[in-house]
Amino acid sequence: MSQLADKLARGEFVVTAEIPSVNTDRRAVERAVELYAPFVDAINATDNPAAHAHASPLAVAIAIREAGVEPIMQLVCRDRNRIALEAEIVGGALHGIENLCCLTGDDVTAGDEPEARRVFDVDSAQLVGIARTLASGRYLSGRPLEPAPKLFIGAVENPYAPPHAYRVQRAAKKVAVGAGFLQLQIGYDLAPLHAFMAEAVRTGLHQRVALIPSVCIPRSARGLRFIDEHVPGVSVPPALIERVAAAADGAQACEDLAYELAAEMIALPGVAGLHVISFGRDGAAMRLCERLGNPSRSGKEDVGHGSAVQV
Amino acid sequence: MSLLSAAEHAVKKPVWGCKMCGQCVLHSTGMTCPMTCPKTLRNGPCGGVRPDGTCEVKPEMRCVWLKAYERSESLPLLPGRWRAEFNHLRPPVDNRLEGTSSWKNLVTGRDRVRPEGWREVVDAAPHDADAG
Repeated sequence: MSQLADKLARGEFVVTAEIPSVNTDRRAVERAVELYAPFVDAINATDNPAAHAHASPLAVAIAIREAGVEPIMQLVCRDRNRIALEAEIVGGALHGIENLCCLTGDDVTAGDEPEARRVFDVDSAQLVGIARTLASGRYLSGRPLEPAPKLFIGAVENPYAPPHAYRVQRAAKKVAVGAGFLQLQIGYDLAPLHAFMAEAVRTGLHQRVALIPSVCIPRSARGLRFIDEHVPGVSVPPALIERVAAAADGAQACEDLAYELAAEMIALPGVAGLHVISFGRDGAAMRLCERLGNPSRSGKEDVGHGSAVQV
Repeated sequence: MSLLSAAEHAVKKPVWGCKMCGQCVLHSTGMTCPMTCPKTLRNGPCGGVRPDGTCEVKPEMRCVWLKAYERSESLPLLPGRWRAEFNHLRPPVDNRLEGTSSWKNLVTGRDRVRPEGWREVVDAAPHDADAG
């Protein structure tokens, strides 16, 4: 059984993370997992982020698992039709991969092979539904799948992107179709996240799904600018970029900023965990979690989330 | 293409940019065709919408789903029951229907045929998305 699901069901705070994109260096996965293991509950195996090809998420998820941490296999709708998506989920189950994160996916035009055909045979809500169908012991066609795979299905939401007023409803749709956790996009102006969480709490969504905001720790003002300009759906206020640019130690200023954002995020009512993306600065992710009081190991009284989440 | 689908295309293409998916949901999406989204998303906007409301893929275009959301809220003559369907879960597209008349498929019920697994698991589950 997914330990991530178990922990969330107990109402305990979780920390998930992303390690740098994996290619053919198995040792790099092992080193990263070793560094992250003390302070995370699960690590995402990303699915060709920003439409740049890397090792496949299933292969990376297996490597993460073998290195000793529970993986979350991301699947995007950009590159595979429904048959290939089902095959990936079932193939993951064959290797004991239970945590799934279903995303739309950045468009091919965000990548270095923009001439590729985009697929989007299904969308992310439909992919959640397909995963749920598989978990019930059936392929989408109805053909039996035995034994039924154990799956803990998740998805993502971006509270910072328009139309802000609709984002909780879109999240609720994914939850209704089967998502048990939602990793939220990174953000720098947290006002939309405050509004999103307030609406989620008002409607009780936080009790039906684990809501997990994300924080990113770049290296410099240049890194922040890159995120602002090149990561779809993410913008960084100019004042924050200037603040980091003006600092004597840019890397430290980025860590301080990430700490401030993360502390604000995890104090919000209804937040069930934190997702940390460190762009290859593994030490930075560890230092961030230490400054936050290692929230995944400290027990639930120390943080802002409330009741157990039904998963 | 049959005479009926040609007639449908002639009406819907100039007004809504109809892609002839054959399973029209225009009424529930603020009379905004989701198949004009570059990712052909049927269940709401992706996370890539830019702060100014333009599309991640085509910055010169306003997000199709942002338009759909606004229109489903504000179009004056839209019946309330159509507005209420905005956040309904739309099943995966049946790609075999591309190029056929959605009018005919609506009348025959062909556009509501779902794969057995979807019908028995997803459609059968309690849906409370609208409560959100």
